[in-house]
Amino acid sequence: MKRLIFCLAVLVLALAARPAPLFAQAGGPLRLEITEGVIEPMPIAVAPFLSGTANAGELAARISAVVVADLAGSGLFRAIPAEAQIAQVTSFDAPVRFADWKAINAQALVTGTVERTGADRVAVSFRLFDVFAGAPLGDGMRFEASEASWRRLAHKVADTVYQRLTGEPGYFDSRIAFVSETGPKNARRKRLALMDQDGANLRYLTGDMSIVLAPRFSPDGRQILYTSYESGLPRAYLLDLETLGQRPIDNQAGVATFAPRFSPDGLQVVYSLERGGNTDIHITSLVTGQTQRLTETPAIETAPDFSPDGRQIVFESDRSGTQQIYVMPAAGGPAQRISAGQGRYGTPVWSPRGDRIAFTKQQAGRFHIGVMRTDGTGERLLTASFLDEGPSWAPNGRLLIFTRVSQGEAGAPSLYTVDVTGRNLRAIATPDFASDPTWSPLLP
Amino acid sequence: MPIRRSILTVAMLGLLAACGQNAPYGNTPPPGFGGGVPTDAVDVSVFGAGVTDTVLFPVDTWELTDAATATLTAQAAWFTRNPQATAVIEGHADERGTREYNIGLSARRANSVVEFLVLNGVAPSRLTTIPYGKDRPLEICSDEACYARNRRAVTVVAGSVDLGS
Repeated sequence: MKRLIFCLAVLVLALAARPAPLFAQAGGPLRLEITEGVIEPMPIAVAPFLSGTANAGELAARISAVVVADLAGSGLFRAIPAEAQIAQVTSFDAPVRFADWKAINAQALVTGTVERTGADRVAVSFRLFDVFAGAPLGDGMRFEASEASWRRLAHKVADTVYQRLTGEPGYFDSRIAFVSETGPKNARRKRLALMDQDGANLRYLTGDMSIVLAPRFSPDGRQILYTSYESGLPRAYLLDLETLGQRPIDNQAGVATFAPRFSPDGLQVVYSLERGGNTDIHITSLVTGQTQRLTETPAIETAPDFSPDGRQIVFESDRSGTQQIYVMPAAGGPAQRISAGQGRYGTPVWSPRGDRIAFTKQQAGRFHIGVMRTDGTGERLLTASFLDEGPSWAPNGRLLIFTRVSQGEAGAPSLYTVDVTGRNLRAIATPDFASDPTWSPLLP
Repeated sequence: MPIRRSILTVAMLGLLAACGQNAPYGNTPPPGFGGGVPTDAVDVSVFGAGVTDTVLFPVDTWELTDAATATLTAQAAWFTRNPQATAVIEGHADERGTREYNIGLSARRANSVVEFLVLNGVAPSRLTTIPYGKDRPLEICSDEACYARNRRAVTVVAGSVDLGS
């Protein structure tokens, strides 16, 4: 007992002694070190973007606002509002008066200009500065796109700023696919929906006559795998986002197929197939249609997900008596159980970096989103509620999006994101109820 | 009786056609469905007085309880008397589980019903299953009273039925 108290005391000291975020390292470039200790967001100023050509002022304001919303929404940055900025940037190419930005304690400064470069064409140029070093951080950059894609220009700017300040790729120029839900709890209507990661540009991909669930993006972001009851039985389909054409991935009659996910090369799909009450994991080639069974136990084996290198598949099985997480070779073979704590574990998803697996945990009547190393050690629960489930990784592996369902007769699902350290839990606004979110890769 | 049966059959075919690709679930018409369609023809009374179309399961199990066995014994007898009838067994789970696992669990429940009916003389070709997981709850509260009624398998009869027997 004494030993335990001593260990706890050491732990408390260690936690207390964790360094505050290091913004400016002596002699090095400005760098936000993302550690578990990041609790103080880096103050950053985004000077309102300038209008580089006629009629670009309103667009410049909109683009600046999206850049600010992206960076602040990450929880890693605190945007100093334009009203508090004592310096005014009046020319994109004029020298920056760093003293004015130091005075409001901005660690980093973003300046930009927006130009109309042709019919429906827009370009944004921006620069990033380390205020206290009084120097640019990287070269200025310019992105051009059709006006309809103006939000993507803003996301590209924010992604670049994020990458230069954290050393990690951003995630702002990406999308979320999910299931949009309407109607009462006992007669929900569901349809597949797609939106930008910040909720803009929502559109629906299917009608709402059949139950749909659990979409997943292809590695190139152009296709979606999902499950629909449109044939009566649950069946896994491949949907082309451009044409909205779709086809089942497995044509066997009389079986239910669900939980489909792509291999990292996009050429194979791993999924669950239920026959006679038994659910096993199968794999099929999208090229040849050849199908192989990967698990052969009487257990429920579902929620498969490839490792980023394509060599292993993580999945859940109740072969031990309760839902637990296992890893097996991608070609099938002996599976190793990795979940070791109390409770039940399901919906494993391998992080894009390959080092962690996120999951849903049920214990003592509560549901959690958690992460663990790929060998099951280092488990950490990030959320707790009446019902949290189905995490999906942001393309940079820094945060997770998941479904949170409220309790009771009016209980309904909605989308949340949480940082992988458990900080910055945020509700993602959707017009209707929303479930089963999945994050796209970064857009090209 | 042949006349009545054929009328009923026609009505049921109409019902099935109205269902399109969306089979009725739990004998509760989905929204926008119904409107004068003779749902009584496939309602719970189809199995006769005192025989429900639904069996319930304890938490995270798919074994049949004694009550379920009694219900299914009566259902099996009814199928024997109605050799033309076919049925879809709909499996369901409560909301206290992850979505895909619950599909697997509800498939096990539906299959438990199929296995029992087959052991009691119903040809396997007359029975199909649909695992709904937690997506079609009957009751909407978040208490065990509702969960207990949502952990169910429902025998939804289709095909030619002679109510007179």
